[in-house]
Amino acid sequence: MGIKRVNWMKIISYTLLIAGALSMLAPFAWMFITSMMTQKQIFSYPPEIIPDPIHFKNYPEVAKAIPVATYFYNSAVVAVLTTVGQLLIASMAGYAFARISFKHREPLFLLFLATTMVPPQVNIVPLFFIMRELHWIDTYQALIIPGLFGGFGIFLMRQWFKTLPAGLEEAAKIDGCNPLQTYFKIALPLALPALATLGIFTFILTWNSFMWPLIVTNTDSMRTLPVGLAIFKGSFRETTEWGQLMACAVISVIPVIGVFLLGQKYFIRGIMLGGMKE
Amino acid sequence: MFIMPAFLGTLIFIIIPIFISFGLGFVEWDLIGLPEFVGVQNYHELFSSGIFYEVLWNTFYYAFVTALFSILIPLVLAYALDRKIKGSGLFKTAYFLPYVTPMIVIAIVWTWIFDPNYGILNWLLGIGDSIKWLYDEKFAMPALIIVSVWKNIGYNMIIFLAGLQAIPESVNEASEIDGATGAKRFFLVTLPLLTPTLFFVSIMTVIMSFQVFDLIYLMTEGGPENSTMIMVYWLFKQAFEYFNIGKASAIAYILFIIILLLTLIQWITRKKWVLNE
Repeated sequence: MGIKRVNWMKIISYTLLIAGALSMLAPFAWMFITSMMTQKQIFSYPPEIIPDPIHFKNYPEVAKAIPVATYFYNSAVVAVLTTVGQLLIASMAGYAFARISFKHREPLFLLFLATTMVPPQVNIVPLFFIMRELHWIDTYQALIIPGLFGGFGIFLMRQWFKTLPAGLEEAAKIDGCNPLQTYFKIALPLALPALATLGIFTFILTWNSFMWPLIVTNTDSMRTLPVGLAIFKGSFRETTEWGQLMACAVISVIPVIGVFLLGQKYFIRGIMLGGMKE
Repeated sequence: MFIMPAFLGTLIFIIIPIFISFGLGFVEWDLIGLPEFVGVQNYHELFSSGIFYEVLWNTFYYAFVTALFSILIPLVLAYALDRKIKGSGLFKTAYFLPYVTPMIVIAIVWTWIFDPNYGILNWLLGIGDSIKWLYDEKFAMPALIIVSVWKNIGYNMIIFLAGLQAIPESVNEASEIDGATGAKRFFLVTLPLLTPTLFFVSIMTVIMSFQVFDLIYLMTEGGPENSTMIMVYWLFKQAFEYFNIGKASAIAYILFIIILLLTLIQWITRKKWVLNE
């Protein structure tokens, strides 16, 4: 009796999960397939599910239509530098909040934590204004620097550093390390898993970010992939080069999926940590 | 000092802008000339204009319906996944892909899927071009909600899964002995134990949905006929298309207060639950 019921539950579970997974993946498959079609195949009705013949031209053609390589380079520079900067800044602050006692430590930490409640959209107008005053519009500074700060990273790093054994600093001091050396040579290497989590999060969020790069860039030489692609999408209203758009979409999604697959374990842990934020 | 870089950055790029934003809500400014102080005029104009309530309604409609389905579907999936499932890692990966994908990519694919004449969705449904999805006042918002739910599922599923796995095995065994099986166990044992997680996910999803921008910008631009005009997109239009900085800042602050209230509700109710345990 009992065994039979469990089997039923399992069958239902598998069916649901597989159906769900297919509906998750189908749009990606459709994007990939459409990127391999000619304009005529795309606008055929009923739709061609498997393109025949397969058509690769959309990829070189989209690179001719818009500066995909420049966009890609900008996205990569911004995402990598933001990630590195965020890791450094957040881990230093997180380390201090976890392991060094100083005046007003707790209220300061609460202040950082409170900033995570501020929706970034509320600050977008004044931030734009600040960027303009600094003459940073359409520069890497504008794309990178405001993205370096945030309470989440500090919180995450602090939680991690708190788990390290208590005698760490004492031992380092005996070995002749000053606090900066202790942080760089001892604490930081021990925090690699937390750094991986924060790094993957920051990379993906920065690569995908749209509103800010849209507002602070105005030339093709500075635009990131999402912004460039959005302008390409918006540039045609009626008939459209769907094949080229899909090709560029495939190119845009590869880096994030790559990073995600490499660090899935850390990414999921980050979400669970975020979910347990006190 | 170790916290100096973080402190200065947060001060300049987060804390000071909050105050500037508040101040800008009381001026009239086009970003070029000098700001002129106008008192509460921006707020007054907002509260007495019909479009404000339309946008507010759209935002609430979008946020709450998105949240509802972004909770129900992942909850069921997490419950299904929370048993000895082969390939559970693969499932997690598949469900997660939409979440990590840039919105522009999602927008391109789904705009094409929703295309009334050549889109694959209407073909699969076998309804010809009778539903015009993004081009129809009634269906544009549901279409956007479908896309958002699709994107949210993986994230919420992981949190639910964490919640389910935190329920001790002994509870499940005990309920089995008491004869609670299947649906009965789910509703009488699992769900009550999951309430804190459920509540957390609900509020987080609503808050995230209140902040949506790229989806609207990339798929409907607030149309047709303002039917998908929601707060952040409206704020953006006021600020960077009409250069109504004051009005945009007032909208930003109303949004801020709504989100703050939601966060407070979450904090207060969580404390209550902790005491109950």
